[in-house]
Amino acid sequence: MSAVIHLQDIHKTYHTGSVDVHAVRGVSAEIQKGEFVAIMGASGSGKSTLMNIIGCLDRATKGQYLLDGTDVSRLNRDALADIRNQKIGFIFQGFNLLSRTSALENVELPMLYSKSHLGGREQKARANKALELVGLGQRADHHPNQLSGGQQQRVAIARALVNEPALLLADEPTGNLDSQTSIEIMGVFQKLNETGITIVMVTHELDIARYTKRNLIMRDGRIVSDTAVVQRLNAETELKLLRDAQQAVQLTV
Amino acid sequence: MRRLLATLKIAGRALRRNKLRTLLTMLGMIIGVGAVIAMVGIGNGAKSQIEAQIASMGQNVVLVFSGSFTRGGTRSGWGGAGTLTIEDAEAIQRELPGVTAVSPEIRTRAQIAAGNQNWNTSIQGESPEYFDIRQWPVIEGSAFTAQDVKSANKVAVIGKTIADQLFPGEDSIGQIIRVKNVPFIVLGMLTPKGLSVQGQDQDDLIIVPYTSAMKRVQRVTTLGSIIVQAAKPSLLSPVQQQIIELLRQNHKITPGKDDDFTVRNQQEIAEMATAQSKTMTLLLAAIAMVSLVVGGIGIMNIMLVSVTERTREIGIRMAIGARGRDILLQFLIEAITLSVIGGILGIASGFGVSKLIAAKTTWPTLVPSEWVICAFFVSAAVGIFFGFYPARKASQLDPIDALRYE
Repeated sequence: MSAVIHLQDIHKTYHTGSVDVHAVRGVSAEIQKGEFVAIMGASGSGKSTLMNIIGCLDRATKGQYLLDGTDVSRLNRDALADIRNQKIGFIFQGFNLLSRTSALENVELPMLYSKSHLGGREQKARANKALELVGLGQRADHHPNQLSGGQQQRVAIARALVNEPALLLADEPTGNLDSQTSIEIMGVFQKLNETGITIVMVTHELDIARYTKRNLIMRDGRIVSDTAVVQRLNAETELKLLRDAQQAVQLTV
Repeated sequence: MRRLLATLKIAGRALRRNKLRTLLTMLGMIIGVGAVIAMVGIGNGAKSQIEAQIASMGQNVVLVFSGSFTRGGTRSGWGGAGTLTIEDAEAIQRELPGVTAVSPEIRTRAQIAAGNQNWNTSIQGESPEYFDIRQWPVIEGSAFTAQDVKSANKVAVIGKTIADQLFPGEDSIGQIIRVKNVPFIVLGMLTPKGLSVQGQDQDDLIIVPYTSAMKRVQRVTTLGSIIVQAAKPSLLSPVQQQIIELLRQNHKITPGKDDDFTVRNQQEIAEMATAQSKTMTLLLAAIAMVSLVVGGIGIMNIMLVSVTERTREIGIRMAIGARGRDILLQFLIEAITLSVIGGILGIASGFGVSKLIAAKTTWPTLVPSEWVICAFFVSAAVGIFFGFYPARKASQLDPIDALRYE
């Protein structure tokens, strides 16, 4: 197994006015191919900053970061943009879909910026395939405002997948969703992970983290705990339990 | 190429999203470009009309006017002093080798009558060469001859307007017209010319032998002016110079004294006429330029608003791999689309306005195609120039900040 993410003594310092904020203070970690990792921590623990660095949206002040074997710590803006396009799929808390643009076109978007120029038909085919993978094949021509939160997040996942990245990065992917939809989304992640896709997500919800395989806990810019998940939850079983419980409630009422 | 097409599509969608705003932004360009095209149309129409008028003076013409600008501190108008004589005209014809034709001229206005109709018109005394010099042939009947000039015969050639006014529905040839109670026989009618640039009816005149005009109508012994035709364009200036020398000698003007006549050649007259219309065109073009700049600033303003509004979209695009250049291109293309569509609509409306002006007034308009192409590229350039700053601003956004923007 090869490491998808290799972090070596990563530091990040922000200069805000006269005060220097040391957000990440020496993080070293390795995430292998096929892993499903949750990064947890209170707000201000540096997990978002670390996430931005892993996502190549930001550069570390100090340290080395190898993504899929490439040293990305010293790349320029354009090179980072290409890395984001080719190797990383982003999923955000607020979905971040383009409004007034159909689900299919949203999913096609990363291919618009990729260097390998695909034909229009092939782009459409790939986008449709990605939508089917997240169970939204029927709603390709719907606009985001015609979709529920869970469905919007599935479109976002399809968009993240379409360029076949080495890594899926999810920043609080269930933060805007109710508990049942959250479990459904975790189910999508678990299924994708089973096909061999590496997933790293940031969350502050402990029960969501239990659907992953490994938990990193951050505090004050350092990783303080790195444990494998022991009693891993399965989204399908949990959903079934939840439905049964709801039915029971309806029967008693 | 596909990428460019996709970017165009994105730009189109962004512009359609806010139709009223798009239209108002374009309005600046529409007015600017429309003004340029309309102005150029009017300017060019006037220019071609003036050129036609200068050409209708005849080829290689030198005009000699009686009366100088200044004499003893008092200024008299051209032809006012009455210093030119028939002898002067004959001397020019006889002594200057570069001269092919001469027509002594005398002009006045008078009330004319025929039967129970009467009309006020311009009476011109000329020689038979006048019709050749002016390239203005008689279309019906015939012109008068050198013999008519010699005997000061009471014969006339009339313009179309005179025929219409005095002899409605009749053949005018052979009819009698009384000019200041002197009866003239109509020999012929001139080819109709229509209106001049200034809106004057060029067919509203009577031409009689200059001797008849002097003796029988005006009762004077001097000429108003002399029309001289040179053999070729290169002789215009030499002939002009020779005329001045000859007339100074004949009028016994001692060196150091002012001329009592004025000589103008066709080129000078053409230059004077076009200089006027050039100044006008330049002024209008300057106004049009200002409105183009204002239109461009409007585009810049809206693009800046658009960049701010869509900061989050820019963040999303950057997060999924758009380079700064992609963002720059997207907004630049949006600005260019705005300005070019505005420009095209402006060209169309400019054409419309110039056609309307041509229809409602007597000014002919003419929009040359190179100006249309020029207007198109200028509007594209306005889009690039005024769209660049907002687009660059968008492309330099930090992806993290842009994503967090609410």
